[in-house]
Formats: sequence, structure tokens, C-alpha cells
Amino acid sequence: MAWRNYLQDHPGPLGWAWEATAWVLRRARPWLERVGLERASRWLLPVETALKKPLFDCQACGQCVLHYTGMTCPMTCPKQLRNGPCGGVRANGHCEVYPERPCVWVQALTRIERTPYAAEKHRLNPPVDWRLEGMASWATHALERDQIPTGSETLVRYATERWEEVANEAR
Amino acid sequence: MKPVDRSDSNFSRMLRAGRFAVTVEVGPPAGPTTESITRQIGILRGYADAYNVTDNQAATVHMSSLATCIMLKQAGMEPVLQLTCRDRNRLALQSDLVGAAGHGIANILALSGDHIAGGDHPQAKPVYDLDSINLVRMARMMRDDGVFENGKPIPKAAPDFFIGAVANPFAPPYDFRPLRLAKKVAAGAQFIQTQLIFNVPRFREFMARVVDLGLHEQVYILAGVGPVRSLRAAHFMRDQVAGLDVPDWVVARLEGLPKAEQQRAGLELCIEIAQQVREIEGVAGLHIMAVGWPSAIPPIVEALGLHPRPLAEPLDWVSLGALSLEAMGER
Repeated sequence: MAWRNYLQDHPGPLGWAWEATAWVLRRARPWLERVGLERASRWLLPVETALKKPLFDCQACGQCVLHYTGMTCPMTCPKQLRNGPCGGVRANGHCEVYPERPCVWVQALTRIERTPYAAEKHRLNPPVDWRLEGMASWATHALERDQIPTGSETLVRYATERWEEVANEAR
Repeated sequence: MKPVDRSDSNFSRMLRAGRFAVTVEVGPPAGPTTESITRQIGILRGYADAYNVTDNQAATVHMSSLATCIMLKQAGMEPVLQLTCRDRNRLALQSDLVGAAGHGIANILALSGDHIAGGDHPQAKPVYDLDSINLVRMARMMRDDGVFENGKPIPKAAPDFFIGAVANPFAPPYDFRPLRLAKKVAAGAQFIQTQLIFNVPRFREFMARVVDLGLHEQVYILAGVGPVRSLRAAHFMRDQVAGLDVPDWVVARLEGLPKAEQQRAGLELCIEIAQQVREIEGVAGLHIMAVGWPSAIPPIVEALGLHPRPLAEPLDWVSLGALSLEAMGER
């Protein structure tokens, strides 16, 4: 999968593609609200998977965080970790479970520096909402059903100075 | 600013009082006989401020961490409940957390957990419903907001936790490790126990960055040390255990020695490393792991001049008041 690695290692265009998708989704929101998440997913998921499966080995979790994770899918990590690498990464940067594969998070953190979203590595990603598995994350994103921290917390926390900034915005 | 907590845990009070803390690892038995726990209790009692109980260590089945914690608690020793995300979804994690609180076990340690692929049930389903950071966050929510992960209030009383997490300075990407620690602190971690340290220069670099970020003032960091029992163990740790950094000079120290001498050399090595890491800025204590070799721990703690362990003063009304004022000041 040389071409795939090449694209992910030079994630600039993938970032633009995401910006464009987000732009379209913002405009499509009224339509999505009318048809609802389930029906919209039926239309969108095949398209989304057709694009993201070959590109990112998409696992259809329904709450895509690719732009927060250096255009590298964290659901392809054997532990499905969404907040950074586990302590089992080998000295050569390969996975504890699959010694022949590079660690997903080692790749993600290298690539994220080449995107405009480098600060997102400090983000505390909420756990996966498994009800959204198999939904189109384009739809869950547009309808703001993804990335909801559960419980009483109303905002996603950032681990560094970014946290203050985000907190100020929320106030 | 140091984390404010009112948990009635001797371990947290020791750290809060600025005393150098010692924690020790206890391994639950693989079968239902509790002799090995009683034996470890006999050997280790009085040598640590708190005793970590591992949770299906190395992804192999053992007596549950909570059950073993309760045994330690009954013996008058303060346990640290290790909880991995590997075997439980968020319901099971919360029920164990509530169970711990019900038994007066306040110290908890959140881990992702070794993957089952390297364990004794590779055919099982790995869970990882939460990651360790979200487990820390969930425990903090339960304590501070009095809610379960679904946002619904916990009936009657919020549990009281002293929340810990782990850090491995020896796994790539090295420059992200301190930032990952920052994430754990932001999520609510109050103490950190590190992976076994053999590569002291690497640990020193890690701690320098942690101090730069000011994290050592927000979280208590316990440096992980442990004795190598034999040359074979050293080879195994160097070559087989992912996430461990055993430099060749460690192995060389044991090479060519007879078996009994190897043990002594392993102990000396551990004491040397412990003496080096306790001097590093930001280190608030030691976490001693001697897998399958509990009798090594008393001589190590004694050689470091850390025995007997002092009892932290219990929280009296005056200091409780001061803590509340401190908490108000923070808001």
C-alpha cells in the first residue's frame, strides 16, 4: 500500500479534502436534519466507506477523528486507543501486537505536525459511542452527534495552554 | 499547584505532606489458593505506603485485583487497585470502582493493559471500551461530579478516589510521552507510576521535560524500579518485553556470575538506579516492582534508608479546613 502511505505521509491534500468536506457538510445540515441520521447514513456510508476504507483502512466507527489524529485512523490500533500511543511501542516504533507494523500513533504524531491541526494532539478525545458504529460519520459530524463527552462534562479538555483558550471560548 | 483531595488514604496524605513515598507491587495468585498472598503480606508489610495489586498481569488470568485488594485491606495494608481497560467495558469498570469505594479502597491506577495477543487467552475479545485517559476522566467524574459515565447521578454518595495513571518514558515517540502525561493530568490523574527504569539518562530527559511543563507540581510522580533476578530474566526483559528499555550494560553486569551472585548483583543494580532516580527533580517517590520475587523488596527499601515507613498524620479538622480553603482559592 505504498500510495496510501505516501498520501498519509504528505497529509496536506487530505487536510484540504477534510476542510472541503466539512464545508459541504455544514451546508447539507438542513437536509440531513430532515432525513435523519439513519436514513442519511444509508446513503452516505457506502460513499464514505468507499473513499475512507482504501485510504485510511476506515473501521466505520461513525465518529471520525482523522483530522485530530494526523489523518491516521486510531481505530486501526489493536487497542483502538484514541488518546495517544500505549506503553508497549517497540524501540523501532513498531506495534507491540504486530511487530511488523509501525505503531499507528507513532505515524499519527509524525503526520499531525504536517497538517494545520498539530495542536489537536493535546486534545482529550472522548470514548467511542458504540451506538454510532456503522453510521456515516459525515452525518454524525454534521448533526453534531459525534464527539460528545459523556457525563456532566460539557466540553472536550485540552492538556496544555490550548485548554485555557477552549475554556474561554466556552464561557 | 498540587492536586487537592480529601481522600482518606495514607498514601495520598504522605505525598501531600511532601514525604518521599514508596509503593510496592503485589501479584495475585493464578489459582484460588490465597497462600501466596498471605506470604507476600508477611514479607512486605511495613515496607511501603501502598501496595499495587496487578490486574491480570501480562494478560494472563489471575485472581481479581479487587478481591486481592480486599485481602490486603483486611490485613491492614493500603492497596492500590490496578484497573486495565483490556478486560472490562465501562459498566464493569464502574462496578469495580464502586466496589472498591464500598470497601474503603481509595487508591486506583488506570492502565490500558497489555494486549491479549501476548497473554494466555489470545482467542479472547479485547475490550478497550475506554482508554486509560478516559478511565481516569471517568473516575474523576464519579468523584467530583458524583455521576456515572452516562451523566446520571450516583445514588447516595460520590465515591472517593485517589487517582493514578502510568507513564512509560522508554517507548517511542519519546517527545510525546511528557505530553501524554499532561493529557492524563488534564483528565484528572493525581499520581503517576512509571515503567521500570534501567535507562536513567532517558528518564532524566523525560523528567526535565515534565518539569519544564510544570507537571511535577500538578501530579506526584513515582519512579518505577525493580531488581533483575537472573541473567535469563535480564535477557527476557531486554528482548521479549515490549516497552522496556534494558541497556546492554545492565545485562553485562550479570554476565559470567554464578546464579546466587546474579541475584545479589541484580539487587545492587536496583538500589543504584533507585538512588540515582530519587535525586532527579520532580520524583516524589519510588514504585518497586519485583515480579515473582517479593523477598527482594525489604532489603531494597532498607538499603535506601526508607524503612520503617512513617505514618502520615491523619487528616484533622484544622487541615481539612485549610484544604477546603485551598480548594476555594483555586476556584
